[in-house]
Amino acid sequence: MSAADHPASTHEIRERFGFWKRSYAMLIKEFIQLKRDRVSFAMIVMLPVMQLLLFGYAINTTPHNLPSAVLLQEDSDLARSILKALENTKYFRFLYEVHDVEDFDNLLKSGKVLFGVEIPRGFERAVRRGDRPALLVAADATDPVAASAAIGSLGMVVQTALKHDLYIGDPPEMPFEIRAHARYNPAAASSLNIVPGLVGTILTMTMLIFTALSVTREVERGTMESLLSMPIKPVEVMFGKIIPYVLVGFVQAFLIIGIGVVLFGVPILGNLFLLAILSTLFISTNLAIGYTISTLVQNQLQAMQMSMMFFLPSILLSGFMFPFAGMPGWAQYVGECLPLTHYLRIVRAIMLKGATMQNLRFDALALAALMLLAMTIAVTRFRRTLD
Amino acid sequence: MSEGNNIAIDVKGLTKSFGGREVVHDLSMQVKRGSIYGFLGPNGSGKTTTIRILCGLLTPDSGEGTCLGYDIRRDADKIKRQVGYMTQRFSLYQDLSVRENLEFVARLYGLRDARGAARDMIKRLGLSGREEQLAGELSGGWKQRLALGACTLPSPKLLLLDEPTAGVDPKARRDFWNEIHALAADGLTVLVSTHYMDEAERCHEIAYIAYGHLLVHGTVDEVIAKSALTTYTVTGEDLNGLTAKLTGKPGVDMVAPFGTSLHVSGRDVAALEASIAPWREKSDLHWHPSSPSLEDVFIELMSRSKDNFQ
Repeated sequence: MSAADHPASTHEIRERFGFWKRSYAMLIKEFIQLKRDRVSFAMIVMLPVMQLLLFGYAINTTPHNLPSAVLLQEDSDLARSILKALENTKYFRFLYEVHDVEDFDNLLKSGKVLFGVEIPRGFERAVRRGDRPALLVAADATDPVAASAAIGSLGMVVQTALKHDLYIGDPPEMPFEIRAHARYNPAAASSLNIVPGLVGTILTMTMLIFTALSVTREVERGTMESLLSMPIKPVEVMFGKIIPYVLVGFVQAFLIIGIGVVLFGVPILGNLFLLAILSTLFISTNLAIGYTISTLVQNQLQAMQMSMMFFLPSILLSGFMFPFAGMPGWAQYVGECLPLTHYLRIVRAIMLKGATMQNLRFDALALAALMLLAMTIAVTRFRRTLD
Repeated sequence: MSEGNNIAIDVKGLTKSFGGREVVHDLSMQVKRGSIYGFLGPNGSGKTTTIRILCGLLTPDSGEGTCLGYDIRRDADKIKRQVGYMTQRFSLYQDLSVRENLEFVARLYGLRDARGAARDMIKRLGLSGREEQLAGELSGGWKQRLALGACTLPSPKLLLLDEPTAGVDPKARRDFWNEIHALAADGLTVLVSTHYMDEAERCHEIAYIAYGHLLVHGTVDEVIAKSALTTYTVTGEDLNGLTAKLTGKPGVDMVAPFGTSLHVSGRDVAALEASIAPWREKSDLHWHPSSPSLEDVFIELMSRSKDNFQ
């Protein structure tokens, strides 16, 4: 190699339009980098498309197919007709028929149904006598939006439906009275619904980000290489990275719930200990998912983006922002795969309805299953070598 | 287990590709226990990849071998327990203090008294008084000492050092090498990659690797002898002009400036003599036959291998 190989540059430098040229140089560089960053590129397309589809198709504040139960204390033709009429409105879907008040209450408490109709004993006879008996309707008003829309529509739809269906003819007024009872949140205070929901939402966001950055940070700082050369196993790395944040999450949950109780007057009707246990489960599930994300991505930016990709549907499809029952079937299936959906049911049920573990078995199991799934993926995805 | 076996590293036919590009090609090597083995070669020649294969961070596409008697494919976990690997880039936690970093390593390896082990190491490294300083705030030389300390903390049998002295001042480099010799004297095997010729000369044995091929290995003297290179040192006026004229002439394999002199080397003595003859008699140039330096040998090897493999 000699000086002769490197003639001095013969390209002269021109100062004209320097501002634009330098801006242009920067712009070209940014475009090239953007093009190389596949995940960012995908996000540019995916985020708006996902938002649009979710808001456009999945979100529907007018609920339909509300899971409902009927407490039948008399099995009469009239009762059957009323149920049929209700179901024909497409607002309600009767999943359970019970004959016992306790079963009825438990269904509402566990969140298996959001709506219940009670047909009292001697109902048909009272109607025939013109006594205008009461048809009792109980709605789970922990989500006031879903409940009020359904209750509001009740009177009219039943009357129109019965007009065609009943032999009563065309009565001047309703042959019976609909007495709606908004359970758990009679004043339809939205803070009662939102504060418990926020517990889950805030925890999802913070927990995801904490662990989503954890592995990529080691890779980016170069500490991963020496960590991998030491005798530590993927599961050990995972537990070591998750457990400190379980504590952090616990403190956060305590803060939010405390503020909700003190400032917004949200009650905690259920067992505080149960709430703490299931919140810890939820926190761990989110940490495990965040950790899984961090084993899938290349750098911290991608980790943030993927966390957003997970967080967005969590907010929209979990029933936090919009009634779960209002979403089409596919969106509900997606929602069932999100930990926030289950935790929202748990936290609302414990705080507002005083639900017990018996009522919440399904959602607790779902959370545990999601956590194990995330951990399994994380441990198998964790690369023990630099290949 | 190769009990009583004197070989720490024994690998055959290692090959590794990334994205269709072969980074290590059919590499075989043996390193004796208790020796310091220097690993030399240009950037991107496969040194780091080879070291990573040896400590189980990469799996070779083909080839086999043992490290401390353990199979490099099957027993990566056992190898990791007994090997200290010092990465090219500082890879301790910058936001942990000196003491916290050492205690972390000590706990990871399951040392019984992690605090005590860290304390002893701090004393040994001469870092007393700085144990609470963040690792990221240390100077380059201290960082590298700390990294070596972290590697040796769990008393490994083999040290793999990947360009440990890059960017470190000469005094710190010398101290570092004295430490390595002291460790080797205690029976530790050291494999160290480097770009520095003076460091190569401090190794018991060296290997030169370029474009994934191990080209030559042996003691420094053996490597120089094997090269069969004839070298002239030229001093005088207008050496730049001479460089341009000699480059590419038959028999002239390498022309390299060294300060105020020029090294002209070739393998074919007769052709070299013929090519330089017109300049031998010039009064403003002085020609002295000299023995090639290790650097001459390596640069010549490198340019030759470039023709063969690229």
